[in-house]
Amino acid sequence: MTKVRVENLKKNFGKLEVLKGIDLEVREGEVVCLIGPSGSGKSTFLRCLNRLEEITDGTVIVDDNDITVKGCNINRVRENIGMVFQQFNLFPHLNVLENIMLAPVDRKKMTKEEAKEKAQSLLATVGLEEKVIEYPANLSGGQQQRVAIARALAMEPDIMLFDEPTSALDPEMVGEVLEVMKKLAADGMTMIVVTHEMGFAKEVADRVIFMDGGYIVEEGSPEEVFENPQNKRTQDFLNKVL
Amino acid sequence: MNGSTNFFEYVIQILPQLLKGMSLTIQMTVYSLVLAMIVGIVSCMFTISKVKVLNWISATYLSIIRGTPLMVQAFFIYFGITSALDIRISIFTASVIVLCLNAGAYLSEIFRSGILAVNKGQMEAARSLGLPHSVAMRKIILPQAIRIVIPSVVNQFIITLKDTSILSVIGCAELMFEGKQIIARNLRSFETYAIIAIMYYILITIMTKVSKIIERRLANDKGKS
Repeated sequence: MTKVRVENLKKNFGKLEVLKGIDLEVREGEVVCLIGPSGSGKSTFLRCLNRLEEITDGTVIVDDNDITVKGCNINRVRENIGMVFQQFNLFPHLNVLENIMLAPVDRKKMTKEEAKEKAQSLLATVGLEEKVIEYPANLSGGQQQRVAIARALAMEPDIMLFDEPTSALDPEMVGEVLEVMKKLAADGMTMIVVTHEMGFAKEVADRVIFMDGGYIVEEGSPEEVFENPQNKRTQDFLNKVL
Repeated sequence: MNGSTNFFEYVIQILPQLLKGMSLTIQMTVYSLVLAMIVGIVSCMFTISKVKVLNWISATYLSIIRGTPLMVQAFFIYFGITSALDIRISIFTASVIVLCLNAGAYLSEIFRSGILAVNKGQMEAARSLGLPHSVAMRKIILPQAIRIVIPSVVNQFIITLKDTSILSVIGCAELMFEGKQIIARNLRSFETYAIIAIMYYILITIMTKVSKIIERRLANDKGKS
């Protein structure tokens, strides 16, 4: 079943064309990794999928909801798409538990008690059950990012977007976050991941997409893209990063 | 009241009249600041709104207040507007209106800067969870913005407290006015103004201390940010 369908997606910032026509389909349970040089439009593309960026042209269909039409209830659609940011973006004035409980309770998805239970079980999954009453500032980067993942999962989304989730982390903390993401992938979550972690992409991705200059230049299984890239630009990029 | 009494006797002699003035000063400050907070919040909402007309209203208001001196505003409202419309308002009411419009404009800009100072990622994270804009504003952005703006708001409170003294020119019988009355009778300007200065200083010191306590409490409550 198709979870996300993108047709001829274009995004301009003023006169600058960042996305020049992207087509993509993501099936349920699929893990798609987006790679490519910075400025290639990966993050912008990801942010168009939950309309954090307004879409200039084209169609984005998430779970049968066309999010590019006017009457679309984007808040409802977003409840089903979790997002994890490079800079974590935890709410600094709320403790870990409150960070996770806020959205499910406010959106009336759960009662306070249910949300608390859910939060505690999610924190256990990401290995932070003893940090419930800490404030974000007292956590390491890796811990913050794991809380951010738990916060997104608390809304019980079908799809998770990851925008360079490990790029702001100290090297020794990258592993703990990738570990959580691997677990999530193994549980069958539909994931779209913008990443510079080629090891993760190789190991976990069902499909790797190489973007450059606002286009999808090449896509395929990790073996195809990493071992036998067809496009010159993909080859150049991989030579630089691997 | 003659020049031969010593300083302390003189203080005791004039203190009742000055305290009466100070009480009015405090009342004016409190009333106008409460109203100014409301005006400031509304004006700030107008400024950040997507509705062009509201932007225009707040921009005009801000530029008029910022572009004219407080004393001119006081004269204009108390003498100008009342005579043009042929209405009577008390000096106290006029003073509170002037101060509240004045402080409201500056508070509006302080609030706006506070909201802008909250990291953009906070709004994005809130919206990505499916929270509507209004909820994200109320539960995520504003609590952080308030903490950021407290020092500037207190600063504006102090400025407004000091600005009450300017309203003596339209005859508002606050602390400065009472002092001038006393000096008109006995010409002891050195001691009298010194005492007035000390009284303002004490008021402002108390205000500063209270705000420090509030700031510290907020910081302790919610962890570092």
